[in-house]
Amino acid sequence: MKKDIILCGVGGQGILSIATIISEAATEAGINLKQAEVHGMSQRGGDVQSNLRLSTEKIYSDLIAQGSADVVISMEPMESLRYLPYLAKTGTIVTSSKPFINIPNYPEEEMLMTELDAMPSVVKLDIDSVAKDAGNARGANMVLLGMAAPFIEILTVEQLRKAISVVFARKGEAVVEANLKAFDCGVEASKK
Amino acid sequence: MKQLLLGDEAIALGAINAGLSGVYAYPGTPSTEITEFIQGNKVAKERGIHSRWCTNEKTAMEAALGMSYAGKRTLVCMKHVGMNVCADAFVNSAITGVNGGLIVLAADDPSMHSSQNEQDSRFYGKFAMIPVFEPSNQQEAYDMVASAFDLSEALKEPVLLRIVTRLAHSRAAVEVGEPMEQNALNVAKESWVLLPGIARRKYAELLDKQAAMLSASEKSIYNKKEQAQGQKLGIVACGIAYNYVKENVGDDANILKVSQYPISPETIRAFAKENEALLVVEDGQPVMEEAIAGMVGADYPVKGRLTGDLPRTGELTPDNVAVALGKPAGPVFDNAKNVAGRPPQLCQGCGHRDVYAALNQVLAEYPDYRIFGDIGCYTLGALPPFQALASCVDMGASITMAKGAADAGLYPSVAVIGDSTFTHSGMTGLLDAVNDNSDITVVISDNLTTGMTGGQDSAGLNKYEAICKGLGVDPEHVRVVVPLPKNMPEITRVLKEEIEYHGVSVIIPRRECIQTAARHAREAKKAKEASK
Repeated sequence: MKKDIILCGVGGQGILSIATIISEAATEAGINLKQAEVHGMSQRGGDVQSNLRLSTEKIYSDLIAQGSADVVISMEPMESLRYLPYLAKTGTIVTSSKPFINIPNYPEEEMLMTELDAMPSVVKLDIDSVAKDAGNARGANMVLLGMAAPFIEILTVEQLRKAISVVFARKGEAVVEANLKAFDCGVEASKK
Repeated sequence: MKQLLLGDEAIALGAINAGLSGVYAYPGTPSTEITEFIQGNKVAKERGIHSRWCTNEKTAMEAALGMSYAGKRTLVCMKHVGMNVCADAFVNSAITGVNGGLIVLAADDPSMHSSQNEQDSRFYGKFAMIPVFEPSNQQEAYDMVASAFDLSEALKEPVLLRIVTRLAHSRAAVEVGEPMEQNALNVAKESWVLLPGIARRKYAELLDKQAAMLSASEKSIYNKKEQAQGQKLGIVACGIAYNYVKENVGDDANILKVSQYPISPETIRAFAKENEALLVVEDGQPVMEEAIAGMVGADYPVKGRLTGDLPRTGELTPDNVAVALGKPAGPVFDNAKNVAGRPPQLCQGCGHRDVYAALNQVLAEYPDYRIFGDIGCYTLGALPPFQALASCVDMGASITMAKGAADAGLYPSVAVIGDSTFTHSGMTGLLDAVNDNSDITVVISDNLTTGMTGGQDSAGLNKYEAICKGLGVDPEHVRVVVPLPKNMPEITRVLKEEIEYHGVSVIIPRRECIQTAARHAREAKKAKEASK
């Protein structure tokens, strides 16, 4: 079994934390993994992405081929569409529905949503509001991970929960609990 | 034990475990994390492994050569363009030879994710006539460091370790070992004085070692041949290219995996003979393709980047390698319609923003002005909303280009350079300008750190006024301001005064990078809580 995942968003939105948690869970489960990211100039408010490959077989390429990503997990709706050529025809987009507008030529929101909704498999949610309602305004990325959890398949929801506990352990029990709560909200939202 | 490591981290840990005594480096994407890993490593701290940042890649290379002279294992790390900065020391280190093992790590950036060109460091290895290692994955990156140190000490020559962005910044599980002993102090016995008479003899020795380098590559565990039934195409897969080839063809191809250079013409000719054509797959420039075309004869078909089978520019991907292998493309979604480019930008609240706002306001009164830029976060001042820069070429070029343009008659001629870039390569240019009394205005936008690469130490911290005055800039024309919106009247007044002054003036807008300021605030809070 293999799962190719593209994580994306805008620099500073916390996609690398998502990558770290999935990587931790995969390592713990003994699943092979490669995770490519770009540091440096691209982090300054520009688009950022990470290629995450999980497999029970040996993985060669650090990069995902076009037409083969099983899931695109995006912190921002326009960014989720940037990687369409990489998404498998049977793949799923899991994205925040709230635009992050820091450019003057951001597309018309209604047209953007129409194009997104026309995709065969999309799960979208205002993750910022959900995180806020859960009392963890900075946990939007964990809500998103929770939403994506059922589509990662190669890892169980429980394995991802455990990885959150491990990754945030050094920040204290309260931070772990807040992030688990945000994650659980995401999992619930995904079922609806 | 297995650890999840970035390619950069695998190299760092590989070096520590291979008995490293010092890493010398200037930050540069995608190489920065190597030195940062060593700085944060427990064993490195216990052993007192040198890991402080250097002023530039040349000082780094020379210090490493000194440590090697004293008999210890040392690593120099830089991004590809850093090789240009240290080239004098690098090329001549092959002539002196080394004593303790010396690895020069060059991190190339095909596709220019965070760079101004995509030069291929393997050319430097060939130019200096030394062995080059090029790992295909994170495990090889780890293992190769020890192999490269061993080879360096066996041949008494530096070894170049070349990686690319996609290896540097990609994580995978790596099997790691235990740290081995460091070398004892053991100063070189022979002369390293490259006077012509000695240099001629040493150059002859370097030439004599070429056969041993070829033979080391022949025996290398990192180079191997894979053969499949009924295949007529031979694929030469260099470094990380091996992964993209294997991703596409699995075990169903004839592959010559190349991860250690130089490669002998006999090896290539034998591989060519077993096949009807060769496809050379390499990330970066067509270094091997050119060499191989010269080895197999004009009639033998060699395909690669030069023939258009692979793109001439940009990094390799599983997709462009699939095309070169003639694999039919599967179904894909078209590009979305509602997607706009989202270029990087200066952080909200960054002091560089205030500097550009002030410069644009003051210079609007002068129709012919130009601002020459430099390398760092503040290069983003070239993009909207500021669009302030006329050029950005290499580390330090802002001051010297402003000087040359002023020499030609341009006025106002302004340079914008960061604090770390100024000490890296700006100081010598400023001395030229002082000696010529050039009519330039230099803005050293000082954020107390090397910001672009993530906030590393800045070599000249708290020394900028002293450096400028020491180089001979009139103290009355070394001005410091604090770049904040509320200070705009003062900043613009100072800028205007110094532009009106017809000589060398330096303005230092100084305010800490907001990213490092936030980090320092977090650390202070944590320390306060811990002390309770």
